[in-house]
Amino acid sequence: MTTGGWINMILSVGFVTGLFVYCITRVLRGPHRNRELARIEPIDEEQAKDH
Amino acid sequence: MAAPTEAWSSRFGVILAVAGSAVGLGNFLRFPGLAAQYGGGAFMVAYFISLLIIGIPICWTEWTLGRFGGRAGYHSTSGIFHVLLNQKRWGKYLGVIGFVVPVVIYMYYVYVEAWCLGYAVNALTGKMSAEGTNFGAFFGSFTGANADGVALKFGISDVGIFVIIVYAVNFFFIYRGISKGIEVVCKIGMPLLIGIAVIILIRVMTLGTPDPMKPDQNVLTGLGYMWNPGDVLTGLKNPQLWLAASGQIFFSLSVGFGVIITYASYLRSRDDVVLSGLTATSANEFCEVALGGLITVPAAFMFLGAAGIVGQGTFGLGFNVLPEVFARMPAGHLFASIFFILLFLAAITSSLSMLQPGIAFLEEALEIDRKRSVALLGVITALGTLLVWYFSKDLKALDTMDFWVGTVMLFVQATFLVIIFGWGMGIDRGWQIAHEGAEMRIPDIFRVIIKWVTPAFLLTVFGMFILQNVFGWNFSISDPEFNPTTYVRDLIGPEPNFVSRVTIVFILVISLFSLLLVNIAGKNWNRRHAQSTAEASTAADTQVEI
Repeated sequence: MTTGGWINMILSVGFVTGLFVYCITRVLRGPHRNRELARIEPIDEEQAKDH
Repeated sequence: MAAPTEAWSSRFGVILAVAGSAVGLGNFLRFPGLAAQYGGGAFMVAYFISLLIIGIPICWTEWTLGRFGGRAGYHSTSGIFHVLLNQKRWGKYLGVIGFVVPVVIYMYYVYVEAWCLGYAVNALTGKMSAEGTNFGAFFGSFTGANADGVALKFGISDVGIFVIIVYAVNFFFIYRGISKGIEVVCKIGMPLLIGIAVIILIRVMTLGTPDPMKPDQNVLTGLGYMWNPGDVLTGLKNPQLWLAASGQIFFSLSVGFGVIITYASYLRSRDDVVLSGLTATSANEFCEVALGGLITVPAAFMFLGAAGIVGQGTFGLGFNVLPEVFARMPAGHLFASIFFILLFLAAITSSLSMLQPGIAFLEEALEIDRKRSVALLGVITALGTLLVWYFSKDLKALDTMDFWVGTVMLFVQATFLVIIFGWGMGIDRGWQIAHEGAEMRIPDIFRVIIKWVTPAFLLTVFGMFILQNVFGWNFSISDPEFNPTTYVRDLIGPEPNFVSRVTIVFILVISLFSLLLVNIAGKNWNRRHAQSTAEASTAADTQVEI
């Protein structure tokens, strides 16, 4: 593995890992992290009955 | 009664679902193969530029358009285009590809998914680690690549039983719906997938020099084979490298599939799309570069050397080379099994996502409930899978579908999406809608990128792709040569291929059927629109009288 290979690998892997960790951290610390997005849809059996 | 509204139950659920849709076999097999083939340095430069110019912008575009359509009660690409383009008669027809692409891709993708499960089971039972196993022959026999019709068998070493299982699992979860089906699978499957990948990564990184007789094949040389930059400047002048890098970004992120737009349509009207979209994208990139980039090619190099990797495509690397690598590794059957479980998890989170746009479209177009739409989609996709399964020789039917639908139509659909966002909806309005409820701002530079650079880059890449893969251009301007590729010669050459022609006819029938459904859908949507307008008018009159 050449020096260029190390630099290439560290920059590439570091960038995507950093971006991933940054995004996940922002989502976890965001104002809506514990909020339910929406109601859960009715169960299928009920849906079947409705029809 | 109208079908009940479905929705995601949590924010992580939708992020993991979109990430799960994007993370597939290409992350662990195609990306590392391409990076090694084109020289790690130049390829990664082109790859990250493509991520910024194509991947992330189209992702934000799809999330925004999807949520916008969901507000109006539409979840299919056709319905969303219908409302986006102010109910112009032709608008909904532009979205038909958003139904055809995921449904047809599912037809053959589920077949490959069955290989992954089958390989995992066969590896666990030790069938694939027996001394002297010819993995090429096993692949040919298991997948039916040797001859048409031979894969329709149901033993443990045949693909049949696994196709049935995978089909049943997919339709069971898709029937359960967005939150209790797709979301549950992705919430369990994605962390499990990353966990398994990390375990395999640790195993690969601690292999040292597996064969003391070959000291030049060790962890560092394996990583070097993948990541050594080579001549970056010369590499960047190669148009094929740009094509490979941008194509990988494009296919890896599942942009243009019609999946993200449908998934985002189940968000609430002010749920964030900017940070969520970027998070899903970054999860895919992490799996691809940080996990896929460190596992597959380095492991293969350590055991087989460069000669064992060169010229292997995605399937060759995954189903011929890697089983041989695992067979030479201590406790190899165990690691082979969990590696193919990893591929199976990557595949099922993607295949589920391919079904939802179809379900949404059938429910909207025909005004039927989930039970009926699941049954109808099951029949449609089963026909295509049977075609791929029976005409398995050289995987011709699969390859034909993958090229014309999984590649060409996908480019067209993504181009429509970007142009509709940047020009149809208008970049100012699109920008405003994207930022409603957003937890982070998109840098302003992306206004220019989305409006000008992304469509231009996409059209250039698409044009180059067609010139290379359809017309067979040699990429020389001074001495150009055009030799139409097998995809064209199989259809209209002097010796056409029967299976390719049958597959194309099948795709055309599905496309025409979809257009017919769009037509029916349009009538239903117009009637519904007229009804709601009349009701609003009556309500207004009543208020005035009061």
